[in-house]
Amino acid sequence: MVEYGEEKKLRGTVPSFALIVFYAFSAVLLCAALGVILVRNTVHAALLLVLAFVASAGVWMLLFAEFLAIVLVLVYVGAVMVLFLFVLMMLDANLESLRSGRGRFLSAAVALLVAAQIAAALNRDSFLQLPRFEAPAEAAGDNTRLLGSVVYTEYAYPFELAAVLLLVAMVAAVALSLRRRKDVKYTDPAVQMRASPAGRVRLVDMPSEKPPQTATVETNKTTEKRKGEKQ
Amino acid sequence: MGGAGFQVGYAGAEMFVFLAACAVLLGDLFLPAERRGAVLHWGAIGACVLTAGIAWTGFGGGGFDGEPAIALNGFFVSSPFTALMKTAVMLSVGGSLLFSRRYLEGAGMLCGEYYALALTSSLGMLVMVSAAHLLPLYIGLELMSLSLYALIALDRDNLRASESAIKYFVLGALASGLFLYGASIIYGATGELGIAEIAARIISGGGEARAALGLGLVFMLAGVAFKIGAAPFHMWLPDVYQGAPAPVTLFIAAAPKIAAMVMMLRVLVEALGVLESDWRPMLIILAVASLAVGNITAIVQTNIKRMLAYSAIAHSGFIVLGVLAGDDAGVAAAVFYVIAYALMTVGGFGAVALLAGEGKERAELSDIKGLAANNGVAAAVLMVLMFSMAGIPPVVGFAAKLSVLQAVLAAGLPWLAVVAVLLSVVGAFYYLRVVKLMYFDLPEKGAVALPVLPRGAQASLAAVGALVLLLGIFPGKLLAACETAARLL
Repeated sequence: MVEYGEEKKLRGTVPSFALIVFYAFSAVLLCAALGVILVRNTVHAALLLVLAFVASAGVWMLLFAEFLAIVLVLVYVGAVMVLFLFVLMMLDANLESLRSGRGRFLSAAVALLVAAQIAAALNRDSFLQLPRFEAPAEAAGDNTRLLGSVVYTEYAYPFELAAVLLLVAMVAAVALSLRRRKDVKYTDPAVQMRASPAGRVRLVDMPSEKPPQTATVETNKTTEKRKGEKQ
Repeated sequence: MGGAGFQVGYAGAEMFVFLAACAVLLGDLFLPAERRGAVLHWGAIGACVLTAGIAWTGFGGGGFDGEPAIALNGFFVSSPFTALMKTAVMLSVGGSLLFSRRYLEGAGMLCGEYYALALTSSLGMLVMVSAAHLLPLYIGLELMSLSLYALIALDRDNLRASESAIKYFVLGALASGLFLYGASIIYGATGELGIAEIAARIISGGGEARAALGLGLVFMLAGVAFKIGAAPFHMWLPDVYQGAPAPVTLFIAAAPKIAAMVMMLRVLVEALGVLESDWRPMLIILAVASLAVGNITAIVQTNIKRMLAYSAIAHSGFIVLGVLAGDDAGVAAAVFYVIAYALMTVGGFGAVALLAGEGKERAELSDIKGLAANNGVAAAVLMVLMFSMAGIPPVVGFAAKLSVLQAVLAAGLPWLAVVAVLLSVVGAFYYLRVVKLMYFDLPEKGAVALPVLPRGAQASLAAVGALVLLLGIFPGKLLAACETAARLL
């Protein structure tokens, strides 16, 4: 931990290369994140979110968390956001109407108030008072190895819980999206195979009651109805 | 962390309820259609009761009489407190499911997914109750909430339900975001995520990073207050309670409150207990605002579900009062209150879910006019519950309110106790109006009478009513258990 006085001495020194990179990534991250909520086009917002992910991956890289940085780019940028873009493009959602509500100025005012309070609480001095922690990987050398050695051992419980969470997400997604429509002529192959002529056609022997004046044709076919379907 | 071994036996209740959820999912596929509903229903309720038994006796370690212990590499805490809260959670989940079958059958929602999601949601609550670390606390919270969002939206043709699911989801995600943001600031200020470790670090740090800690506290508190439904973070609650299908409202209203209260205790009293002087004024604002908003707004409601939603806000104000006392007596009072609240809610919303009919929503106040004439048992139980929610002796709600007020007085805040009592008196108006409507009013002309409940439903409602009365007259055992639990968080 760096003492407060020591930090004062450091203030005048030339910023290191890592610090410049950190500020660059952070600036990109903040601008991209602001853009996500401010731009009008949803596809642009999603692309800006991708930029925000890449910038935060850069910040993680600076913290020697190279595994997390790469996974963030591969999983979130490469898979999740691409799928998300597909959905956005297919839905063609118009968020314009959501954004022009009357609560707009109120929410902006509340957001500004919260930001001002955070700024008041966290001035420069209170940042410098924060304790310093060394990134564990900096000491151990290899972040990926370190992560691999604890995630299935020490962190097994939260890891398994996260797995349950994904299972729940999957069950919920299926339960919410899979539905049998009642208005389609769906045929169950098993019922089709079991059909026999006896079940399909019923021959009725009827004595003629009156000489027919207009010819009517009686059809006695009984249509097979779907039974035993999920209610 | 470290020191504590894995000792997976302590998590017996969690493992059992997860296996039950999987069994329900699989059983749904293989059971014959005509028996599926009954088997799923009673199987899920049986699983809840068994899980409560496992949690209480500590099958494999822990339990109410067991020694407090840290297990699963420091992520899991087992103590009399967790045993009591888990038992309460699982019993209220079981009670919620008990009253939901009639409606579910009518609405065509009686499927394996409903029971599986209910069980995974309760798994999330159990995880939250036993979290000794912010990581499982958060994952448990998400596990609970995610299942709840899906439960509300399960009836997809119900537009109101879909709307309230979206509302709950968006605001719930925002609250989770606030909580995570606060947690990240606390992590930055202390370098720890374990709850005991954070507390130790703040003490040993001796006032370092005070501003950052305060900021983290505010954000975490906002997230927790949202989950417990305290004003001014209550906006979602009336809409969601009214829009969700009646049995889901019953589910959301009861057990998740217990888990949210435990979360509040863990974060404020345990992790950030040193900052009591910071969080106490915030909790006072939350409590007074909740009591005022809940009790006063409920008066003008015409829908029972919405009225009970505002009543839930008022009750969360009382729970917050217990927490803000901060000492053992306050915690014990909050624990007692939340258990009594869960019991009353199971009965109250249970009666609403039963009376709503098979898949219909008959929940206007005008619908219960003259209920006593054709549904004597339901009206009597509702009367007992309304007395209890209003805090009229000798029912359990009175004992709960009394213990909270005693804790507030002991904490040296007599004016707060006076405010709470005055606002409760305001609240008594709308509770008693329900009784008046049921007993002294005649049904409106042309109104379709509410269906007469089947015997089984009447018996289970009567059991809840009897329990509310019994615990009100003899609260000693439960109070003693709550005090033991509060000493050994």
